[in-house]
Amino acid sequence: MLPLLSVTFISLVVSSLKDHRKTVAGVRKGVKMFLNILPAMLNILILVSVFLYLVPGELLARWLGRDSGFTGMSIAALLGSISLIPGFISYPLAAILLKSGVGYNVIAIFITTLMMVGVLTLPLEAKYFGMRVAVLRNALSFVGAIIVGLLAGLVL
Amino acid sequence: MRKYIAWIAESEYILVVLFGLVLLVSRLVNLSFTAGVSHNFWMFFIEMVTFLPFMFILIGLIDVWFPREKVEKHIGQDTGIKGTAWVILLAMFQAGPLYGAFPVAHLLWKKGSSIRNIFIYLGAFATMKLPMLTFEIGFLGWKFSLLRTIFTLPMFILMAWLIIVQEIFLEVWMVGPPSGTWFRVAVFLFVRSNRYLEQKDIGYCFLRRHYDL
Repeated sequence: MLPLLSVTFISLVVSSLKDHRKTVAGVRKGVKMFLNILPAMLNILILVSVFLYLVPGELLARWLGRDSGFTGMSIAALLGSISLIPGFISYPLAAILLKSGVGYNVIAIFITTLMMVGVLTLPLEAKYFGMRVAVLRNALSFVGAIIVGLLAGLVL
Repeated sequence: MRKYIAWIAESEYILVVLFGLVLLVSRLVNLSFTAGVSHNFWMFFIEMVTFLPFMFILIGLIDVWFPREKVEKHIGQDTGIKGTAWVILLAMFQAGPLYGAFPVAHLLWKKGSSIRNIFIYLGAFATMKLPMLTFEIGFLGWKFSLLRTIFTLPMFILMAWLIIVQEIFLEVWMVGPPSGTWFRVAVFLFVRSNRYLEQKDIGYCFLRRHYDL
């Protein structure tokens, strides 16, 4: 958070020293883009907070911990795709899973789908790239994440 | 009153208004089950509010200051492996959730980045952000992180390629005569030059349809 804040602040100062009117135009452009995307953003936040309430971390751990074979990997892939969990929750969760005996392949699949596939953010992504491309990117990421998980399981 | 209700129902804010009402009512009658939801919501809301406006201001400034030619020169069409390296490096120094990367990717595209590099940017942003990697190493060990990164990197480069191939094929298929489609796409992919496509073939690139956000 802090790096972004300082970069934005320094850019603002430098930009307004160089050209005041251009800076105002830029900030106005940014604010307009932000307001355009705000409702979609808020809708996703609502969905995510309801989801995270219904499926808390302990429940995820119980589901993932059951089996590290095919079933475990499928559950990991599905959960990782649907959930939208920030890193500061998902990594400690993954570490706990690892300690309780869940395989590296399941963890890798869960982490990778979590990072690359976002079913909940699909409407937002579609606003920028179109629904077809958004779905395609997510589907390809899903397959890619499973391959990554299998490879990680083989090596580790 | 009726006018306002109609306006809200038609706008994109309907879910937000309903959510607010539910929270308000459940607080008034002391229902406890929404407390968890609202706690989560404020947590995410604060995360979003403290970083997105700054990011969008930065995007606006970049939009005003960086000329198209410069972006095009570094990460545009035919910049090859060097352009890819630039875009990955750029993504690694970012922070925040993936949905924050979509507007940046869109801006890069608007400034003339190649479509392949845009999807590589998204892939690298999702999996190779430095702040996140340090976190991952801390919890899961450097061996896991290193291997996962090594496996994911070629994966999303390949993915970007597949998306492009699919797009080109679809566009050519839709406008061209079906008989020559395979041939023209194959030639295009091999020689990597637009010369082998008819003008109308590439006139409909998918991102162009979403130019005006």
